[in-house]
Amino acid sequence: MEKKIRVLVAKPGLDGHDRGAKVVARALRDAGMEVIYTGLHQTAEMIVETAVQEDVDVVGLSLLSGAHMTLFVDVAKIMKKKGLDDVLIVGGGIIPEDDISKLKKEGISGVFGPGTPTEDIVKFIKKNVKK
Amino acid sequence: MKDIVKKVLSGDPRAIARLITLAENNDPSAADAMKEIHPHTGKAHVIGITGVMGSGKSTLIYELTRRYRKQGKKVGIIAIDPTSPFSGGALLGDRVRMMELAMDQGVFIRSMGTRGMLGGLTSAVYDVVEILDASGKDVVIVETVGVGQAEVDVIKIADTTLVIIVPGLGDSIQTLKAGVMEIADIYVVNKADRAGVEQAVAEVESLVDITCSEKERKTPILKTIAKQGKGVKELVKEIENHEKYLKKTKEFEAQRRLRYEAELVEIIRKRLMNFIFDEEQFKDRVEELIDQISKKEIDPHSAAGEILGKILK
Repeated sequence: MEKKIRVLVAKPGLDGHDRGAKVVARALRDAGMEVIYTGLHQTAEMIVETAVQEDVDVVGLSLLSGAHMTLFVDVAKIMKKKGLDDVLIVGGGIIPEDDISKLKKEGISGVFGPGTPTEDIVKFIKKNVKK
Repeated sequence: MKDIVKKVLSGDPRAIARLITLAENNDPSAADAMKEIHPHTGKAHVIGITGVMGSGKSTLIYELTRRYRKQGKKVGIIAIDPTSPFSGGALLGDRVRMMELAMDQGVFIRSMGTRGMLGGLTSAVYDVVEILDASGKDVVIVETVGVGQAEVDVIKIADTTLVIIVPGLGDSIQTLKAGVMEIADIYVVNKADRAGVEQAVAEVESLVDITCSEKERKTPILKTIAKQGKGVKELVKEIENHEKYLKKTKEFEAQRRLRYEAELVEIIRKRLMNFIFDEEQFKDRVEELIDQISKKEIDPHSAAGEILGKILK
């Protein structure tokens, strides 16, 4: 049987806007992936713990509050510390152009702003998944 | 493989998670690992939870787990959601109601898609129960897909099966009679603060009167409001009573045999299907036969006979 790509879609931090995360979750499901959705207000530690138990190939973070430089980077750091090097991290939300390259340096391999066609995200994941 | 098994037995979450993935993907190495795992299983009490969509299964599992944790018990949770037969993808959202448990090292939660299985479970669920059991979990909870008609396979794997219903289903309980309503060890009427709760309890009661009239144990009916944690203490007690009853009456052995039978059948089914549909020697012939069936050159029974004949000789 073919291996399925498992993706954790998580919303770190305090903003309550999960429309984007849900749209992406659905698009990934329709592309044949298994999407674990955790709901709102997750801490970085909770997200990493969930990623471990669910043995996901991808962690997708969504955040619209502007705290991505802290929270996305926190998730990436804890994952690195735990040795989850083979998990692809992507992020989405309202993220200024200047921050994107910084996030990429910190290990968030793909950053997608508003209006990104969901197919682009699917393609990116399929191309870059590490396991 | 030895290394991963050792880590699973010590309760290491990453090893548990990885072995579950291997089992789920039918990786050949999983069978070797499961051989080492099996002797360490049999200790966990397995609770199956089924019920219609939106009946509060996940919330109830969260509340049950909190209480087991207070008793110092370790808990494994398998939450199953449907896989789309079209895309093969799945949206697994049961964790939303359980996120408070995410940081508790005594709880391991795994979300799974049905991946083509009917009956409310997924093919690898037997392996996953054994993995969690061997990893030292005292209680393993299996949450089935929530549809409510044919999700009866859970009785094969669970020591104690809970059927969750909610007020307002009304006469529809009658329609559930033939399937889901026959498998409960305990009925739970959740959302008991809603209108119509007494009617729901009465409907289940009349059903229990019919189905249990000859039995030694009458299936209990409990009212809960999972969101407020009400009635959950009583439910934990009732599950404990059922476990004692099973062990007293030797039904426990029968229940476990049922699980191993179902597991054996499922492994054989899976391997046989892979053999026929994935192996090079059969693949092309299977495709040819399907074409021939479409053209009415052969009928499906004869085609199946030909394929099975090749294997059985």
